[in-house]
Amino acid sequence: MKIGLFIPCYIDAFYPQAGIATLELLEKLGQDVEYPLDQTCCGQPMGNSGCNSDAAAAEALFVRNFARFDKIVMPSGSCTHHVRDNFDAIPQTDEVRHVRENTYELVEFLHDILKVEEFPWAEFNHTVGLHNSCGTLRSLRTASMSELGEKPFSKPMDLLTKVKGIRFATPKRPDECCGFGGTFSVTEEAVSARMGVDKVRDHYQAGAEYIVSADSSCVMHQQGCAERAGIPIRFIHIAQILNGARS
Amino acid sequence: MSNRPVNHARAAEKFLEDAPHLQFHDERLWDMRQKRDDQMHMLPEWQELRTEASRIKEHTLARLPEYLERFEENAKKNGIHVHWARDGAEHNRIVGEILQAHNARSLIKSKSMVTEECDMRPYLEKRGVTVTETDLGERIQQLDDQLPSHIVVPAVHKLTSDVARIFAKDYKTDPDIRDPHLLAEAQRQAARPVILHADAGMTGGNFVVAETGTFVVCTNEGNADLSATVPNLHIATIGIERLVPRMADLGVFIRLLSRSALGSPITQYTTHFRGPQKGGEMHVVFVDNGRSARLGMEDFWTSLKCIRCGACMNTCPVYRRSGGLSYGAVYSGPIGAIIDPTFNERKYSTLPYASTLNGSCTNVCPVKINIHEQLYKWRRVLVQHHEMPFVKREIMHMAGKLMGQPKLYRAAISATETALGTLPRFALYNWLNPWGKHRENPHPVKQTFHAWYKANRTDKASKTEDSR
Repeated sequence: MKIGLFIPCYIDAFYPQAGIATLELLEKLGQDVEYPLDQTCCGQPMGNSGCNSDAAAAEALFVRNFARFDKIVMPSGSCTHHVRDNFDAIPQTDEVRHVRENTYELVEFLHDILKVEEFPWAEFNHTVGLHNSCGTLRSLRTASMSELGEKPFSKPMDLLTKVKGIRFATPKRPDECCGFGGTFSVTEEAVSARMGVDKVRDHYQAGAEYIVSADSSCVMHQQGCAERAGIPIRFIHIAQILNGARS
Repeated sequence: MSNRPVNHARAAEKFLEDAPHLQFHDERLWDMRQKRDDQMHMLPEWQELRTEASRIKEHTLARLPEYLERFEENAKKNGIHVHWARDGAEHNRIVGEILQAHNARSLIKSKSMVTEECDMRPYLEKRGVTVTETDLGERIQQLDDQLPSHIVVPAVHKLTSDVARIFAKDYKTDPDIRDPHLLAEAQRQAARPVILHADAGMTGGNFVVAETGTFVVCTNEGNADLSATVPNLHIATIGIERLVPRMADLGVFIRLLSRSALGSPITQYTTHFRGPQKGGEMHVVFVDNGRSARLGMEDFWTSLKCIRCGACMNTCPVYRRSGGLSYGAVYSGPIGAIIDPTFNERKYSTLPYASTLNGSCTNVCPVKINIHEQLYKWRRVLVQHHEMPFVKREIMHMAGKLMGQPKLYRAAISATETALGTLPRFALYNWLNPWGKHRENPHPVKQTFHAWYKANRTDKASKTEDSR
């Protein structure tokens, strides 16, 4: 199985350690991973803004980069959601369909495809609050949603509970959106930032030392809110913990 | 009506500055969401009910003319007069004429979003009819000259102190009252004489049953029953989408409505209106006001399934932190954001963007309207119809181009490797500036992932470069 690694633009530029952890983790799990150097973006910012035709160039490039892989893996729920569910600015050729059907968010990939049972190298002696992005939660459905009253399940939790020493804090509103929302974070900055600070405080008050997430975009926003409000909480991508980061 | 786009973001920012109101609003609505969840957990068949409700509504909407005619036929047999209003103006004229024929000068009414849509109160008041809202929250909003901020709890954005201030002005009560019971009693004392002497009563209608020619009104205060039965003349204003085919279908909706809305198993009053009372008259005014056109919109027609429970508002983290009035429209919150643009695309062009697309609204909707997907689709439509502000449109255009050209993109990234850099700076700084207003910027890094990979996975990196 040849895996193409997609590293979203904000991870590339601001959270490279999350990207590195993703790559190293997949390699540790014996996977043949390659990162095509010509990648940019999946097209989501344009698509989410309604400017779908402007997503065409990014989507076409994405397909050029990734059509040759069996599976495409990315440490981002919202980008996966875009590719899987909204990637229609370009004609839907066989290649495009192949890419869309074989794109996975990292947690899904580890949980559903590789079915990883253990992370012997991982140990994290901290209390963490899990932030499920709305993309992973309500679009990719990597965890049960509070609104539906369904039987509780959580793919990220299934993975994290395999990490030695880790403890969990549960916020009062575990699946409330943190307010990032892509361009929403700028066009509706006041509401966005308020949602962010409420979210971070909820985790902090529940006793979390870290907020762990599979989405660095939410983290970028939450971290900015926490730092401005002086809430001493740290942030980490789930790939880093699973890859063996100690702090 | 002004066509200027509603500035939701600015109104929300103002709402957020008032901590006590914000906190109450967020917590009160979240509490309603929690109570709704509790009710859901008590019914193992909850998801089946939602599926069934959605199916009944879709079936009915697909055959709306047929069912409307069936209702009319059966309602007439019950002695109900049925009227058809193409839009708000026609509705107001019809109501005005009915009132005039009865020489009615005072109208008491229960909550009805359709009459808000039609802007009926000012129309009637200009013609010498005194209109009194009998729902407590709606009355507060009427006295304060504001639209309802929520479709179920219209004054939820107000605190007890606000109500005391408003009542003090109109009812001459003590402005320092902080006991909600005393305030409710003040409203009761003020409303009862008006109700007892009213010439006509008006209600909405939650559900209209085609096979029986009857309709159902669900309330918690009993005010709709007073409005409908104390005066001899009862006018019900109802949107044409409120139909269900059979009486047997009602159970599904009655079970879902109040559980979704307030988290109570049922409304205190669920009244079936089957015909005029002895010596009285009953009129149903069906209002289209854009609904037929909406029914023809491929991506948006299912918004007509809405039973106006407000669950999407209660769960919406944006709505809870911006308040219903910030939407500047009759319908606020997620459901408002997908139906308001059908009334005025330019004016409400900003509302589908007042969302993070988190999808919680869709999950709580008792009739399974895919609200967040419709928000997404509205954005596409609005851009196609040139309703996006020029600067944002241009930025997306430039960003889209850049994202298609890896070399340029890489150059842009590395040129600003330690700054906020994925877009040309001039655009970025004007438009992304708000990021830092209430948030710190992301931290600069020494090396992008891309650079790290080239340095640390030399074999693979050079292989990729060769294959280019």
